[in-house]
Amino acid sequence: MCILLGFLVVCAISVSFSKNLLNSILIYMSFSLIMSVIWILLESPDLAITEAAVGAGVTSVLFFVTLKKIQQIIHTPAQEGDHREDEGKEEVHNEQNNA
Amino acid sequence: MSKTMHDAGCADTPDDEMKQEVTESSRFKTWLAGTKDPYIGHVEIKRPEEEPVKEEIPIDERLKEKVQIREDVYAYSGEGFLSKYRILYRIAAVVFCLLLVATLLLTVSYMPKTGSATNPVNNEVPEKYIEEGLQDTGATNIVAGMILDYRAFDTLGESHVLFVATITVIILMRIDKKKKMAGDTDPETKEQAEINDRIYEPKNDAILQFAARFLVPLIMIFGIYVVLNGHLSPGGGFSGGAIIGAGLILYLNAFGFEKTERFFTEKTFKRISFVSLAFYALAKCYSFFMGANHLDNHIPKGIPGHILSGGLILPLNIAVGCVVACTMYAFYALFRKGGF
Repeated sequence: MCILLGFLVVCAISVSFSKNLLNSILIYMSFSLIMSVIWILLESPDLAITEAAVGAGVTSVLFFVTLKKIQQIIHTPAQEGDHREDEGKEEVHNEQNNA
Repeated sequence: MSKTMHDAGCADTPDDEMKQEVTESSRFKTWLAGTKDPYIGHVEIKRPEEEPVKEEIPIDERLKEKVQIREDVYAYSGEGFLSKYRILYRIAAVVFCLLLVATLLLTVSYMPKTGSATNPVNNEVPEKYIEEGLQDTGATNIVAGMILDYRAFDTLGESHVLFVATITVIILMRIDKKKKMAGDTDPETKEQAEINDRIYEPKNDAILQFAARFLVPLIMIFGIYVVLNGHLSPGGGFSGGAIIGAGLILYLNAFGFEKTERFFTEKTFKRISFVSLAFYALAKCYSFFMGANHLDNHIPKGIPGHILSGGLILPLNIAVGCVVACTMYAFYALFRKGGF
C-alpha cells in the first residue's frame, strides 16, 4: 500500500516535470492504473472498474487525439530511423528539398 | 489549331525573309508546304491565360513552421527582463506549492482516524443503508441500491449531464449541411480530410486489427456483464458503459469510420440516448415532486442474488450503460472528426 502511494507521488511529480507531452500522458495513464489498484485495496471495486475504464482508458485516448489535433506529437530525427514508414517520408522530403 | 497557338505564343517576331516576298501565290505555297503559317503576326491569337495553380502546403511544411515559431518564442522569452521574471516566477511557484502542501497536511492531521467507531460519519444514515438496504432495494450490491434506488434522482442528473454536454458540443460544431454534402461528394476534399486524420498512424494497421479482432468481443462481453450484474456485483451502468465505449473506440481505431458508420451514426446516438434517458426520467422523475422521498412501487423485488431482482435497478442500469457508452464514443468521434 505504502509502495503504491509512493508510486502515485512519483508519477504526479514526474508528470509536471516531463518536457514531452506524450510522456506526460503515459505517466498519467500509469497513475490511473495504480489508483485503480489502490481502490481495490481500499475495498471499493466499483470505483476501481470506473477508474480503469475512464481514467486509464478513455481520458488518455482523448488526450492522445487532442495532441494529434494540435500537432504536438512531432517526430524527432532520432525516432525517424526506427520506422520504415518514416524513412519513406524522409526520402520524399529530401526530394522536395532538392527540387 | 494547337500548332498555331503554340507558334503564336513562342515566335512573336516572324522571319524577315518571309515578310519581303509577300505575294498571294507564295503565301499559298508556303502554307501548303506547311513550313510557315501566313497568319502569324497578322492575326492576333492569344494563349488562354492559365489559372494560377494553388499549391497546397504539405503537412510537414506546416509542422516545420509551427516548430520554428515555437522556437522563436522561447528564444525571445529568454532575454533580459523576462528571464529575471521567470526565475522569480519559479521561486514563487515553489514557495506557493510548499505552503499549499503544508496547509493541506495540517488539515489532514486534524481529521479523525480512518475506521474509528467514533467517527462522525458513522451515524444513522450508513447504518440504515447497510442494514436495511438489501431488504428495501433487493440489490446485493449496496452501492447500486444506493445510487439507483435511494438516490436515483442524483444519478438522473448525472446521466443527463453527459448527454447535454455531448449535444451542446454537437450544436456548437455543427457543420453546414450543404457544405457537408459537397464535402462528401467531392473525392479530393474527402481524401485530404482522410490524410489529415491519419498523420501519424498507418491505415488498416495489421497488428491493431488482429488484436482488435480478439479484444473487442471480449471487452464488449465484459462491459455487458458489468452492466447486467450491476445490482449483484461491483460495477453498474457507468463503469460498464465506459468499458463498452472503450471497446467501440478500439474498434473504430482499428477499422476506421467506414465500418462503424454501418451501425453507429449520429442518428443512432440520438435515438439510443433519447430512449434511455426518457425511460430513466419517466421512472424516477417523481422524486422531484415528492421532495426526494421514496415512493412505494409494486415491482417485485425478486430473490436477492438472482439476475432478475432488485426491481427497477436492472433496467435503470441498462439505460445508464447505454447513455454512457454512446457518450464515450461520441466524445471520441467529436474529438477526432468534429462529428460522426
